[in-house]
Amino acid sequence: MQPITLHSFDGGIHPQENKQQSTQSPIVQLPIPAQLVVPVGQHIGAPADVIVAVGDLVLKGQIIAQPKGFVSAAIHAPTSGKVVSIEQRELPHSSGLNGTCVIIDTDGQDQWLEEIANGSRAIADYLEADNDVLISRIRDCGITGMGGAGFPTSVKMAVKGKQIDSLIINAAECEPYITADDMLMRERALAAIRGIQILMKLTSADNCLIGIEDNKPEAIKAMEEALHKVHGEHHITVVTIPTKYPSGGEKQLIKILTGKEVPSGGIPSSIGIVCQNVGTCEAVYRAVAEGKPLISRITTITGESVEQPQNVEVLIGTPVKHLLDFAGFKQEKSLFQKLLGSFNSSSSSSSSESKPRIIMGGPMMGFTLSNDELPILKSSNCILAPSQKELPANDIASACIRCGLCTEACPADLLPQQLYWFSKSGELDKAEQHNIADCIECGACSYVCPSQIPLVQYYRHAKGAIKEERATQQKSDRSRVRFEARQDRLDREVAEKEAKRQARAATAEKAQAAKKAAAAKAAEEAAKNGTPTEGAGSTDPSGTPTAAAKPEPVDLEKLQKQLDAAQAGLKKSMDKVAEIKAAAAASPNQDGASEDGSNQDGTNDGSEHLAVFEKAVANRRDKVKLLAVQIAEAKKSAPPVIKEVTRVDIEKKLRAQQDRIDKTQQRFTLAQEQGAETLPALQKGLDKQMQKLKELEEDLAQFDKAGV
Amino acid sequence: MSSILIAIVLLATLAIIFGAVLGFAAVRFKVEGNPIVDQIDHLLPQTQCGQCSYPGCKPYAEAIANGEKINKCPPGGESTIIALADLLGVEPEPLDAEHGAEKDGPMVALIREDECIGCTKCIQACPIDAIMGAAKQMHTVIIDECTGCDLCVEPCPVDCIDMVPIATTLQNWHWDKPDNLIATTAKSEKSLEKNHEQGVH
Repeated sequence: MQPITLHSFDGGIHPQENKQQSTQSPIVQLPIPAQLVVPVGQHIGAPADVIVAVGDLVLKGQIIAQPKGFVSAAIHAPTSGKVVSIEQRELPHSSGLNGTCVIIDTDGQDQWLEEIANGSRAIADYLEADNDVLISRIRDCGITGMGGAGFPTSVKMAVKGKQIDSLIINAAECEPYITADDMLMRERALAAIRGIQILMKLTSADNCLIGIEDNKPEAIKAMEEALHKVHGEHHITVVTIPTKYPSGGEKQLIKILTGKEVPSGGIPSSIGIVCQNVGTCEAVYRAVAEGKPLISRITTITGESVEQPQNVEVLIGTPVKHLLDFAGFKQEKSLFQKLLGSFNSSSSSSSSESKPRIIMGGPMMGFTLSNDELPILKSSNCILAPSQKELPANDIASACIRCGLCTEACPADLLPQQLYWFSKSGELDKAEQHNIADCIECGACSYVCPSQIPLVQYYRHAKGAIKEERATQQKSDRSRVRFEARQDRLDREVAEKEAKRQARAATAEKAQAAKKAAAAKAAEEAAKNGTPTEGAGSTDPSGTPTAAAKPEPVDLEKLQKQLDAAQAGLKKSMDKVAEIKAAAAASPNQDGASEDGSNQDGTNDGSEHLAVFEKAVANRRDKVKLLAVQIAEAKKSAPPVIKEVTRVDIEKKLRAQQDRIDKTQQRFTLAQEQGAETLPALQKGLDKQMQKLKELEEDLAQFDKAGV
Repeated sequence: MSSILIAIVLLATLAIIFGAVLGFAAVRFKVEGNPIVDQIDHLLPQTQCGQCSYPGCKPYAEAIANGEKINKCPPGGESTIIALADLLGVEPEPLDAEHGAEKDGPMVALIREDECIGCTKCIQACPIDAIMGAAKQMHTVIIDECTGCDLCVEPCPVDCIDMVPIATTLQNWHWDKPDNLIATTAKSEKSLEKNHEQGVH
């Protein structure tokens, strides 16, 4: 193999490494905590679906949440125990938002799932196995990138149809304080190399470069020794690279090792490269060769506030507090705060750092945890508990002096100062033009800034705002499409109705003409034969409803039937009217008039047919009057039923309203007990309903008054 | 004399040729409708709420193209007004309070489903068909499509629709802008001093 020529990337910084503190002792297995908090959304992509229930007993390695969708990862029980709760808990995330977590009370047995314990899930001849089998095993074992972002490894490895030249193993571990990968390589080099072989087989890469910074000589030695133990041709090379932050950035490492640059907005596989963290390789080996899911990881616990900085193998879901206690976290105030307290006891605002500051991740890219109950995730490579002196919290920024140091430090060749102005003033389009999307948020610019401006936070905000803006734009585009589709549909419906109406009008005209002709013929015949013209009325084809109103002597029963029919017609036309939004305002009057049930759709079509329709209304009103008069005549002795009915109606409404309020109140108290988020909405609804009840009661009172 | 004639003939010929070319282009590349309307429509938030007194965003876009004021869109708020002013080359104006106030954040309608009586009135009111349901069946809002236009709230006979702000999730959360603190106060000077004492930059 030809010797590797190293390249370099522009910018970068050399912060104090602070790595030696935590590499003095070997990796220790952390005791099992009493309770584990396992979030189901630890990776990039959709959170997994919980498949266990509260009260279930789970064994170590048992799947507790299944991946949902392609970009997702399974979650397994880190040890044996009992699921005591599945609830929303705060996640170790810079947002401080809640996510679904499975809470497991451990039983201390640490009992493996039977299939894993007896090795039946292990694939012994993994280098001969089918790629699909390997990928599905990696997916089943919930392997995600262990370097920080937590991208599901099975997705990254599914590179079908893409030509991959090199697999690059990221073992640079450039961020200060963190030594998890360093210790892993020292102690588990062979497993990592075997994992790399599996990944090389999956990607069918021609060669593999392991990039390790030259500040980890033990790790380099261990990896090279492990390589000697691998039989046959392997095409794996350990490359020592100079120590510089952020050489562990994916794009930066690729540039150093190959000289190639990942195009803006692209991913490494577009230039034939796949990059993986060395810890991930070891996890892949364990998943494939031992059948063990990703349930623990090596985490560095360091900083001046802990007595024994070290690396520990910790179960996923272990509360950070457990880790801190193990390493001897000193809770007391730092010396500086004591001094400040004695000199200036009144300034309580300055000593706001009384709460211990714990950082997940490194000092450059990590974030401060809001409390120490938060769990360790698959991607948590470091817990940093610095003293105030070691890593002062800078909350006050000075004005930018345009020194340009940030531009020199930027490893992505961006213009941090310009991006700062644009992000600050909200000129997102300009920030986008200056390729803010290519910022890797490494923090080098903030580190060198003499004014202590939190530059990266500005960029993160701007990136998020750009993303949000884009999402809003997409949504509004969708709304436009939906709105236009709806308009088209309404127009089409109106057109169809109009066509139907015209067709009906044409048939009616024809019938009318036929009737006239028949009448004329009958009259002619009558004139001829001298018979009376009674027959003419009975031949009327369209007059059934009209005829019903005409007969003079009518009994009550028949009238009642007609009234029922009219009511049914009324209801039908009401439903129809409800469908036609355009005529909504005018509809109630029309409904009242259409007593005969022969509802004409044309009447609702709008102002165009207003004249026709008004005529129809007038006709119907006359009919209603006629019918009403007849009914009144027929039941002169009957009591005023209508009034009674209305009173009953109001009472009915009142009862229904009370029922509804009872129901809402029940839900409200339930929500109160659970502390649900819908509480204000429910409260609002309840208020509205109470008001309605009052109104109804007033109505009833008024009605009674009027009635008496 | 002849040179003048030649010039006149030449210019006349040229004029005829260019006239023909322009005339052809006017017919061949005729633009249907007013293209500025689409550009304006693209900037409007597409809530289709009608608060501008036009029946939808497209009609308002057409009205703006015909000289209507640009400050009648409360859902779009200040950012939309500025974008429109940029596009049309006019001065941005403050939002016309007559048409409503800008809301703090995006809202969506939420039906309290236990109370829904299935009257379909909200379905007919929704300008973008984002409510599902049938007569006498429970209705529900498609949250991802709802623009928060409020139009469904009024028609509901049992008042079971609430407007709720969109919840922040891990998917849509993003970092806040840093507080704009500049070290000019006594407190900050002290903090700089203390940092200096510790030998930290």
